[in-house]
Amino acid sequence: MLELCGVESLEGLFASLPPEVRLTKPLALGPGKSEYEILDYFRARGAENADGYASFLGAGVYRHYRPVLVDAVVSRGEFLTSYTPYQAEISQGILTSIFEFQTMMCQLTGMDVANASMYDGSTAVPEAAMMVARITGRKKVLVARTLHPEYREVLETYARNQGLEVVELGYEPASGALDLEDLAGKLDAGVAAAIVQSPNFFGVVENVNAAAELAHGAGALLVDVFTEAVALGLLAPPAGADIVAGELQSFAISPSYGGPFAGILATREKYMRQLPGRLVGESVDSRGNRAFCLTLATREQHIRRERATSNICTNQALIALMATVFMTVYGKQGLRELAAQNLAKAHYLAGKLPLRFSGPFFNEFAVTVDDPEAVNQALLERKIVGGLPLARFYPELGNAMLLCATETTRREDMDALAAAVGGTK
Amino acid sequence: MIRQVRTHVSQNEPLLFELSSPGKVGYQLPELDVPPVDAAGTLGAQNIRAEIEGFPEVSEVEAIRHFTRLSTWNHAIDLGMYPLGSCTMKYNPRINELVARTEGLAWAHPYQPESLAQGALEIMARLEAALLEITGMDAITLQPAAGAHGELTGILVARALLASRGDPRKKVLIPDSAHGTNPATAAIAGYAVENIKSNGQGMIDVAELARLVDGDVAALMITNPNTLGVFEANIRAIAEILHAKGALLYMDGANMNALVGVVRPGDNGVDVMHLNLHKTFSTPHGGGGPGSGPVAVKAELAPFLPIPRLKRDGGKWALDYERGQSIGRVRAFYGNFGVLVRALAYIMAHGGAGLRNATLDAVLNATYIRKGIEAHYDIATEAPSMHECVFSDARQAKRGVHTGDIGKRLIDYGFHPYTVSFPLIVHGSMMIEPTETESKRDLDLFIDALVSIAREVEEEPETVLKAPHSARISRVDEVRAARKPVLRWRPAT
Repeated sequence: MLELCGVESLEGLFASLPPEVRLTKPLALGPGKSEYEILDYFRARGAENADGYASFLGAGVYRHYRPVLVDAVVSRGEFLTSYTPYQAEISQGILTSIFEFQTMMCQLTGMDVANASMYDGSTAVPEAAMMVARITGRKKVLVARTLHPEYREVLETYARNQGLEVVELGYEPASGALDLEDLAGKLDAGVAAAIVQSPNFFGVVENVNAAAELAHGAGALLVDVFTEAVALGLLAPPAGADIVAGELQSFAISPSYGGPFAGILATREKYMRQLPGRLVGESVDSRGNRAFCLTLATREQHIRRERATSNICTNQALIALMATVFMTVYGKQGLRELAAQNLAKAHYLAGKLPLRFSGPFFNEFAVTVDDPEAVNQALLERKIVGGLPLARFYPELGNAMLLCATETTRREDMDALAAAVGGTK
Repeated sequence: MIRQVRTHVSQNEPLLFELSSPGKVGYQLPELDVPPVDAAGTLGAQNIRAEIEGFPEVSEVEAIRHFTRLSTWNHAIDLGMYPLGSCTMKYNPRINELVARTEGLAWAHPYQPESLAQGALEIMARLEAALLEITGMDAITLQPAAGAHGELTGILVARALLASRGDPRKKVLIPDSAHGTNPATAAIAGYAVENIKSNGQGMIDVAELARLVDGDVAALMITNPNTLGVFEANIRAIAEILHAKGALLYMDGANMNALVGVVRPGDNGVDVMHLNLHKTFSTPHGGGGPGSGPVAVKAELAPFLPIPRLKRDGGKWALDYERGQSIGRVRAFYGNFGVLVRALAYIMAHGGAGLRNATLDAVLNATYIRKGIEAHYDIATEAPSMHECVFSDARQAKRGVHTGDIGKRLIDYGFHPYTVSFPLIVHGSMMIEPTETESKRDLDLFIDALVSIAREVEEEPETVLKAPHSARISRVDEVRAARKPVLRWRPAT
């Protein structure tokens, strides 16, 4: 090979590089390791984490059972080791599955069109904000304080540099739901959209349609955000929303210390061309067979460059495939039953504890606790990771803790938690 | 004769929705160990949906057959060479997948106490240190979810530094050879984009750059090696021109597979750069993601990196949120952690010497392909190729055959097409990146295929124009897909 390449050694391949730019010492990364040593290293690190603990953490990342079919499918090299399907003729597998994914996202959210995925829920929100600004030509977004606090922080980062003004909407201190009066008062001719989350960060199911009516009355749009996708099995789709931005981690994606997850954006047909990210469409091949391909690429960065709807390129395709398999395994009946189990478990636990808010909730809720940090510390000794102290993000909720129960939460752990928090048995 | 492929049975498969029958299920939930709850009564009847209209109803075996059949319609690295230029489609070691599924890592919640997340934080710290050694930079964030997200983070960090000096400036210079994400990123970061024309080698014209850089320029976004696969030998001079005017040098690290262990951007004037762990560091593309796009910077830019950042606190790892000059968050939590695990496994498997060998082999393989086909296709530049080589279809176009056709014909020979029609500065470009993980045998088969196609172009161009002939479907009508978008299944009415 070297001879054919016209060089005497591998080093010769770099002869055109000025000597001063080259690295003159070896990388200080040690020798290569065997599979066994690598496995050993990561197992040891895994053991240093909270391995084998029961957990009541939710707050945007949920512990749901992952059907074994999910790993069986995504471990297939044909999916795992393929690239973005630019060459449709030899990518019909992933293209078909994305088309099915887009369809299921529409069925779940009640929207007309959904994209092939975003990085996650937190980055789907600023993409939605930039989208409503393009649609309305307005530069202000109203954002519920009950939107996931880290999503709000991400939105702030994008908005600052896009010249978007972000105004916060309060919540009702008793119910934990969005303060609709505050929304009504802050809507004006400069508002592009109101962004609300349901169930919100406190787990409370919002009246999205009432918020949408108010927004529409002021010529603004309504963006509905979800972080707990399993709730969609039971909750009515947000009929009044114009855009739905969500996080699909609940659909078979392990918490994995915060990622990789998959976000989505779905919207009404009339806003289709303002949607960022990849889209798969149906067409035919030259012999008339049904075929799928990436489409509407004129929205995207590789065609439109600085005038694209977004700079997103690589998305979360494999994670979206995991969600697709999950939705297929559970199906129409199973997703509903799964949601019903979550509802039942959370309400069993909540029934034992002093609730902080009165609003209806799905599988997460806030409780009042004298000293959330101390309770959590005590629980750790029983191999239980407690809830999220809300003071971390809401200084006004110093004695509140956010708890989550899913279908995987065991009754005995809930009883133990209730006892530790000082609730009734 | 096409040595690589033979015809193969490929089964038809309807969409899930067409496969569904009412009442079919493929799941089993445990019996509920707490009392059931009346959903309508608890949540309000108006908040409850009747059913998920159209949602799949299939059995478990139907589900696995469905996805397995679909999988057979895909090309993949596991099936054969995937020489997409700029995409670095190298083998994805399976040890990466195994370790990412380690129970204590895969099921770690981002809000579990730091005392019970030391293993995860240690992995991130070790990866940070390795990537800093590889890039020669001073500080790094692992948060960005993909390359384009890294670009945005990097440009925002640059903007924050400039703003702290009193003037964020107005525009970003981008070579016309750059990836489309670069200009889109600059726009989202609030900058105007000014394109710089490349010279004949796809390289930055240093004199032109010196003329363009003024007090309005925030940064130049450079890809090195550039998209013609040529190393920007003037990198230091370029950096000096920018620095002299208070501007910064951003490097798109998509092509780092040509440099690891040989050249460190940080030693050569680069101020901020991103890496693509799903390219250089072997984490799988998975049909388009997840990726990971860490951003490495020089010390001067470190205060502006997104929160949180890792810190050492009393012998333990902790996450630091108290960083007043930070650009803020670019993503919830700490990044695509599962991808970080895979990248670290790759770095550990190779070690320093192994990573450098991979670079040498990647450049060798690209150069070998170049030499193998350059008698049959027009090379885009005489400059030596690094990890990829770019040709044009100029010779074939005279027979009415274009780069897209040649790419499609490669499918019949058992290969994924190269990157078609990019970079834009080469008319009819054919961008080939084999990576280091292809054997000489596979490279020879690939060269034979391209030589054979060149002959077909002369003797039987129709064969190439109508390719592929052996794929499951023939050419897709992409114009129709865009004109009358059908983006979801609906039941027949």
